[in-house]
Amino acid sequence: MTSLPSRPGTAAGAPQARRPTRRRSRRRESLTALGMVSPAVFLLLLFFVIPVVLAFALAFTNARLVSPTPAEFTGLQNFRTLLDDPLFYKSLRNTFYFAAVVVPLQGGLALVLALLVNAKVKGVNFFRTVYFIPVVTSMVVVSILWTLMYQKTGLVNELISQLTFGVVHGPDWLNNPSTAMPAIIFMSVWQGVGFHMVIWLAGLQTIPQDLYEAADIDGATRWVRFRYVTWPGLRTTRTFVLITITIAAFSLFAQVSVMTQGGPLDSTTTVVYQAVQTGYAQQQTGYASAISLVFFVLVLAVSLVQRFLTREKD
Amino acid sequence: MTSASPAPARPGPRTPLLRMLALQAARIALALFFAFPIVFMLVSSLKPDQQIFGDLDSIKAFLPVGHVSLDNYTGVFDRVPAARFLFNSIGISAVTVVLGIFVNSLAAFALSRMRWRGKKIVLSAVIATLIVPFETFALPLVWWVNQLPWLEVNGFHLTLTEGWLDTYQVQVLPFVANAFSIFLFHQYFQSIPKELDEAAVIDGANWFGIYRRIVMPLSGPAIATVAILTFLPAWNSYLWPLMVVQSEDLRPVMVGIQYFFQLNPSWGEIMAYSSMITVPVLALFVAFQRAFVSSIASSGVKG
Repeated sequence: MTSLPSRPGTAAGAPQARRPTRRRSRRRESLTALGMVSPAVFLLLLFFVIPVVLAFALAFTNARLVSPTPAEFTGLQNFRTLLDDPLFYKSLRNTFYFAAVVVPLQGGLALVLALLVNAKVKGVNFFRTVYFIPVVTSMVVVSILWTLMYQKTGLVNELISQLTFGVVHGPDWLNNPSTAMPAIIFMSVWQGVGFHMVIWLAGLQTIPQDLYEAADIDGATRWVRFRYVTWPGLRTTRTFVLITITIAAFSLFAQVSVMTQGGPLDSTTTVVYQAVQTGYAQQQTGYASAISLVFFVLVLAVSLVQRFLTREKD
Repeated sequence: MTSASPAPARPGPRTPLLRMLALQAARIALALFFAFPIVFMLVSSLKPDQQIFGDLDSIKAFLPVGHVSLDNYTGVFDRVPAARFLFNSIGISAVTVVLGIFVNSLAAFALSRMRWRGKKIVLSAVIATLIVPFETFALPLVWWVNQLPWLEVNGFHLTLTEGWLDTYQVQVLPFVANAFSIFLFHQYFQSIPKELDEAAVIDGANWFGIYRRIVMPLSGPAIATVAILTFLPAWNSYLWPLMVVQSEDLRPVMVGIQYFFQLNPSWGEIMAYSSMITVPVLALFVAFQRAFVSSIASSGVKG
């Protein structure tokens, strides 16, 4: 925070007579500032702080979305139910499966795209624009579009068949427990990778040119340039990309809700999907809060571990 | 897209022609990969169902040929109150964006340019909220908004109602104050010289005057960024309205998609509706590419 500009009367050696005016204007400044932050602070309290605190409180009650009787404290009951619920373990497993594949795949492909369009070639702006188009398309629309394309006789299988000269016939992607999740993963990466391409690009452009020039004078190969100039220069970008993709991957919901409703055979149900099902469809707010709480702890733990692993080691 | 910042000229190892061609081929292949589903959606929206599936085995799947008509679009309006959904989404997004710009910039102004006790605590508290994803508190939030009171105007009477479920305000107000917007405005305001405030004070301006006449007019890029980053999730919102809005009259466009799956879905109509709610955003994107991309890039600084 830089210091405020010195206003009349704040300069050293100002006449004593001005003191009271100055104090009054300082107080007025404080009051005005409080007035200016209060709408935002009020709304954040109402729609962020209170619900987060509620997530903790309601998790220990039997609260229902609409209920004639007030919620009762039930201790650890929700968590006990949760730990006995086989669906919860499936949700947890699917969520980790999705994150474990999407995070490296999307992060890596995004970097490849960024390197490809970070060149001084004609038409590079066009390519950036096209790669980015799925990002501005709603996940709901994308999910519906791919549901059509993933049908047994849909566009995806038709393309696979054409590209392999009729040798390979794709499965009914979304109705097969072993292919439903990979299909959702593939589509999610297609939709989101452009976003992280732009983040990598912003990182690439902060690397000083003279480092590359110095590497060239030393006769560095392309790989050496990448390994010793580009990669270290992307350190902060890397942490950001890692953490944002991870949080987004753990929050997987819309794709599942639109394309498979958790099926077939619970092969695509996720923690957030299960929380929404119990909290909204079955109206069990208390139980859903317990799931949300576990989810929150999970996300927090994973981001902390990632931060620890990517910390500055020197 | 970012032609303003010159693409880094890398005088590095001379690229052989063959390599350049291979790279360009990769770029083109990737462009096809990212564009083909969107093209397929737009083209299919013009065809009857039978032809959508009939054309799959040839390049015709991506070309507007055969029985091309706007029938699917008229079908959409017959099947669902599409105009109403569009109206709702435009209204909800616009109000969220306008209120968001105002509320968050005002807070950022006080946080970056004024002197008051506790401002460092408020600023770090605001930034700390960034790591909590919405999904973790969405369900308690549903329960909470169902307990909130609201003043309703009936003619000349004010009545106190309870519960925000099934209203417009429940789709707007929770998303107005946004920690990331405050952070972006704060960063931008820091770069505007504070000597300008000083000069304005000598001219008799008060703090709100400085905000309105000096700082905001100089903050175009920050306003554009916040507008875009508020607009996209507002337009695309799905989980939240799914849970808090029941009546058809108040539903936004994304929830409207459900209507098409109720009885004998017509894929042509679904593609028409999907195109209708996507094309406006794509048009905005193409028109404001630079602002879009730089706003996404700026979100990279928050790590």
